[in-house]
Amino acid sequence: MEFTILIVLLPLLTFLVLGLLGMKLKACTSGLIGTFSMGITALLSYATAWLYFTGAQVDGVYQKWIPFNIEWLRFTDALHIDLGVLLDPISVMMLVVISTVSLMVHIYSMGYMKGERGFERYYAFLSLFSCSMLGLVLAPNIFQMYIFWELVGVSSYLLIGFYYTKPEAIAASKKAFIVTRFADLGFLIGILILSFYTHTFDFLTLTSGDHSIFAEAAGTTFMGGSVMAWALALIFMGGAGKSAMFPLHIWLPDAMEGPTPVSALIHAATMVVAGVYLVARLFPVYYFEAPEVLAMIAYIGAFTALFAAVIACVQTDIKRVLAFSTISQIGFMMVALGVSGYGGHHGLGYMAGMFHLFTHAMFKALLFLGAGAIIHAVHSNEMSHMGGLRKHLPVTHITFLIACLAIAGIPPFSGFFSKDEILSAVFAFSPWLGGVMSFIAALTAFYMFRLYYNIFWGTPAQHEHTPHEAPASMTTPLVILAAVTCVAGFIPFGKFVTSDSADYTIHLDPFVAGMSVGIALIAIIVATLFYRKASSIPVRLAQTFSGLHRAASHRFYIDEVYLFVTKRIIFNGISSSIAWFDRHVIDGAMNGMAFLTQRAALAIRGFQSGQVQQYAVVLLSGVLILTILVVFLLCC
Amino acid sequence: MEIQMQYYLLLGVVMFFAGVYGFITRRNLIAVLISVELNLNAVDINFAVFNRYLYPGELEGMFFTIFAIAIAAAETAVAIAIIINVYRNLSNIEVRNLDQLQEPTETTEPEEKA
Amino acid sequence: MMELTLQQAGFAFLSAVILVFSVMTVTTRRIMRSATYLLFVLFATAGIYFQLDYSFLGAVQLLIYAGGIIVLFVFSILLTRSQREKDPVRRRKVVAGLLTAGVGAVLCGGLLCTHLFGPSQLSEGEIEMHRIGYAMMGTGKYQYLLPFEAISVLLLACIIGGVLIARKRK
Repeated sequence: MEFTILIVLLPLLTFLVLGLLGMKLKACTSGLIGTFSMGITALLSYATAWLYFTGAQVDGVYQKWIPFNIEWLRFTDALHIDLGVLLDPISVMMLVVISTVSLMVHIYSMGYMKGERGFERYYAFLSLFSCSMLGLVLAPNIFQMYIFWELVGVSSYLLIGFYYTKPEAIAASKKAFIVTRFADLGFLIGILILSFYTHTFDFLTLTSGDHSIFAEAAGTTFMGGSVMAWALALIFMGGAGKSAMFPLHIWLPDAMEGPTPVSALIHAATMVVAGVYLVARLFPVYYFEAPEVLAMIAYIGAFTALFAAVIACVQTDIKRVLAFSTISQIGFMMVALGVSGYGGHHGLGYMAGMFHLFTHAMFKALLFLGAGAIIHAVHSNEMSHMGGLRKHLPVTHITFLIACLAIAGIPPFSGFFSKDEILSAVFAFSPWLGGVMSFIAALTAFYMFRLYYNIFWGTPAQHEHTPHEAPASMTTPLVILAAVTCVAGFIPFGKFVTSDSADYTIHLDPFVAGMSVGIALIAIIVATLFYRKASSIPVRLAQTFSGLHRAASHRFYIDEVYLFVTKRIIFNGISSSIAWFDRHVIDGAMNGMAFLTQRAALAIRGFQSGQVQQYAVVLLSGVLILTILVVFLLCC
Repeated sequence: MEIQMQYYLLLGVVMFFAGVYGFITRRNLIAVLISVELNLNAVDINFAVFNRYLYPGELEGMFFTIFAIAIAAAETAVAIAIIINVYRNLSNIEVRNLDQLQEPTETTEPEEKA
Repeated sequence: MMELTLQQAGFAFLSAVILVFSVMTVTTRRIMRSATYLLFVLFATAGIYFQLDYSFLGAVQLLIYAGGIIVLFVFSILLTRSQREKDPVRRRKVVAGLLTAGVGAVLCGGLLCTHLFGPSQLSEGEIEMHRIGYAMMGTGKYQYLLPFEAISVLLLACIIGGVLIARKRK
């Protein structure tokens, strides 16, 4: 299984080749190189998955394999940083997700980005991103994960700012980078605390179920929480930043300024679920050492899901709707993890969260790619510029509809199964929370069909030229992803990924399943009534709840709050005084020293006039003074 | 009555400090050089007088004077060669223009014509 | 009233010449006059040497100084004639020069007058020429062949250096 290291190295090599030689290659060639290399990576991932799931089971439990590991930095015998590959059910599952979506995006981009400036740069960045994301999920220790975590952040930054001539794109890339970087600070501190007390970075050791390694931290508390709880909460902060959990979600909607395939890859399917993956990776630690943090994760996830779903209902930019939908769905996954127990039926939430991650990656990538095809056709992100496109874009229409049905939770599409499992788990945890999550599911169905009808039905907007279907390079990935979406729900996911890696058979809870399908159907019908044809109901509703509507349109003013806090309080209150101190005291001291030196130099430079006669005067005066001293002071 | 040695020495002192005064005040390089000759001459007289009055049997002072004269001649020859060269480059031989060791940018040296 | 001997009269004359002309050498504004006054000073110095019975020294002084160096000065003055015939002097420099020279002269004069030298053993008579010759060309104690040779090498070096420096670059 040593070949798994190639899964990381191959995209890295592609990045180097395209990054260094890209300017010399033809755009088409570099695209082909990138896609081809990604194809091989995907094949390797599938092979890995096949070999792993057929070979790693011992007594019905999947073992954790480390097929490749090198020691990189050694601090003590116990504490060293390795670079390597860890295979276990979730990492293999993530491999499949990432390489599939990445391959689809690579193929899709051949059509979508055709003729763009910096085509080879785009592919180089895509490869870099794939490399770092794959390295992240394969990391056998938390420190390697952190390294690749940051690399993912960088490549996300580069790709969001791909159109670097657009000021909005620049601002968005900076915002994404700064917000996630801020969250990563918490992650790093969390890692340090964790490793300080456990003397290890290793996931295997951390999740082995051996409680003795946490013994050292047991008695230590800080501000009312155990130190392990703080460490895990801080680590979750990093995950919340990458996964756009409230209140660190503000960067994700803006990140839509990047090219649409990038949004599909990074901001829907892979990078944003890194936080979920992180929690899943450390799940036993969370569950056994800090259950209160796990509960907090559940509530944050639920609130984020609700919050984002409400906003998604009123946004008019289709990519933003999808962005908020993504936030909301990641919230679902977080809730699933948060309410989960460990092992057997208690671990349902864990399994459901991972399942939803899998299915969501597929159909959300499909939605984004479909949105890309639509934008490609009408050259606008705004719903008002669309409408009635179903005749012009038949393939996009069908695949988009499939994705919408999947996310709304209509059987037999994949979203139904995973969401249903999540709802079951949440109901088992707390019926009250289950009700909330069901409501969010209904909202999801509503806003997705609002989006769908506004794009493909409704009043056709005027276009400069008739919208036409995207080229085959773009529709092929759509069809593939749609096919996956149709069948992914029937994968016996519990056989592969569970909290304790043991077999678990999924069985649908008829009450929950029926209820969720029912409310999804109701929501779809409502959306149909509102948006299938031009209707005055939405406008009237918006007027009735004008306050809520306006607040939701402005994303509940979270950005403004951030701006207020940073600009007014931090910049004015703290930074400006520090800046004043720096400018006047620190710089002043330096400038003062320089000024004094200069003054002194000016004062004595007269001595070095270069005039020999002046030197002679000084010399003679000195001689005379010395003579006087010698004669009258010493001799007398 | 013999002439006191101090008179000769006082003569040398006056001559020497006349040379010092000239060295400090004159602007022309040749005038400066002339002042230096005065200094040397005063020293020569001192040598000869000390030899004559204090150690009449010896010849050291006299030889020092002779060598000093020879060196003065050599020095003058080289100095004048330098002065002539300076004159070629700067078209004058004023001491205050010779301060290029101080700041190279301030003095503009005329281009040497072939 | 003290009677002036010939010797004293000669010394008085020579010292008067030296005093007056050395001061005029450094105070005159015309460079050519300055050189001429220097010539007078050098002549008078030669006279002093003669008076001290150093005839050889006086002859050397006349030959090299008065004959050689002054001629060099005159030539170089003529060669480097500047726009300003007169050499202007700056007030500050004059003050500095006067101060330095004055203080130095007073100091040295005072020291000379107050210091007690050993007893002078003035012996009359010319030094024989062959004694000078032996001292100069001998290699023993108090003989000066080595400095003599060193001086000749120095002179040779000065000739070459002078030619090299003053030579016109193509």
